[in-house]
Amino acid sequence: MTETTFAASEPPVEVCHLTRRFGATKALDDVSLTVPRGGVLGLIGGNGAGKTTLIKHLLGLYRPQSGTVRVFGLDPIQHPIETLSQIGYMSEDRDLPLWMRVGELLRYCQAFYSRWDMRFAEELRDAFDLGPQARVKTLSRGQRARASLLVALAYRPDLLLLDEPSAGLDPVVRRDILGAIIRTIADEGRTVIFSSHLLDEVERVADRIAIIHRGQIVLTASLDELKETHRRVTLRFDRHFDRPPELTGAISATGEDCEWTYVCSHDREQIRIAATAMGATIVGEDRLTLDEIFVSHIQG
Amino acid sequence: MQIYISTTDGVPIYAQIVNQVKYLVASRRLKPGDELPPIRVLAERLVINPNTVARAYRELEQAGLVEKRRTAGTFVSDQGSPLARRERFRILGERVDSLLAEAGQMGISFDELSKLIEQRHTALQDLKPQRADHD
Repeated sequence: MTETTFAASEPPVEVCHLTRRFGATKALDDVSLTVPRGGVLGLIGGNGAGKTTLIKHLLGLYRPQSGTVRVFGLDPIQHPIETLSQIGYMSEDRDLPLWMRVGELLRYCQAFYSRWDMRFAEELRDAFDLGPQARVKTLSRGQRARASLLVALAYRPDLLLLDEPSAGLDPVVRRDILGAIIRTIADEGRTVIFSSHLLDEVERVADRIAIIHRGQIVLTASLDELKETHRRVTLRFDRHFDRPPELTGAISATGEDCEWTYVCSHDREQIRIAATAMGATIVGEDRLTLDEIFVSHIQG
Repeated sequence: MQIYISTTDGVPIYAQIVNQVKYLVASRRLKPGDELPPIRVLAERLVINPNTVARAYRELEQAGLVEKRRTAGTFVSDQGSPLARRERFRILGERVDSLLAEAGQMGISFDELSKLIEQRHTALQDLKPQRADHD
């Protein structure tokens, strides 16, 4: 085995202290992220949070200004062929050669990837109802997204990177895309990273979550862990407050007068003890959707 | 097996599957020996991560509601088991709790409520033969 062969034992993605500036803006600020093999990581963040910049570093499209990026143990800048041949990528703007016909696109991609599976590609083309004679330029937005997904899937990559795969698409196409993610991970050992701000989709398919905000990873956790630890607790105090009283473990607080609602990531017993110590009683307690958890971390 | 997933009320998806299967079993819409869909099939149908389905099936197995048969799949277990009976009581218990809470808010005493339950029971018993005629 040569030095540049990708090692199956290496994590698909290992980013350490990655920082990237565009002019005065810090697009990525000391980002560290390890993605273990298998499963789906949902990369969530608002517009301009740094999702696309991070993904482009994994593809070797950006050189790290500081810090390191490893894909299956290799530097994607030093070893573009070895790394790119393991990555299926669907970009936000679906950059496809517009002048090609769908059939030509498939043969064109086949030439690039030694592992291209033409039977699988044709199967997907059929399932996605993409005519081989249709020009990419004339495809609808949804069909173009399907074509882009087909190209990302057809060589059965070990790592699938989907950047906002369902942005601006109708529910039927979105379902196709999510279905493809599910089938991909059902194949043992494949890894998917997908960025999205449609958090109900992320909640359905991701098993790990990374929240990125202003270029920083503010939280990584398994989805189960996030859902189990976060809850919304409403406390009733015996007197009025103009500002929310400090509650340990609270991420955010809203309310007025005697009733304040907190989003907490502590376990119930700790919250109950903290509340009692403050002379408050718990009058409401709820689980949170991923959407609500995300917003509480971003708005703080 | 009809299962619906919602991502709007905060309940983890695996727990939604567990609760709904328990309900289907307790209400006998799933019967002992019925086969649950394979993990991959249910994951694709519900558009959710297969690991989530696997976790739900594991919890159902631990609760004794389903059993894995080697290489064959996952089946609803025999509901004569005390576990299944306990589960039915648990589900009904939750309903009774909310009924009691509502009665309390409406200022209806426990004695009045239990009298009402008896009345409704008798009324339903009287209805039964008539309903059979219509069928």
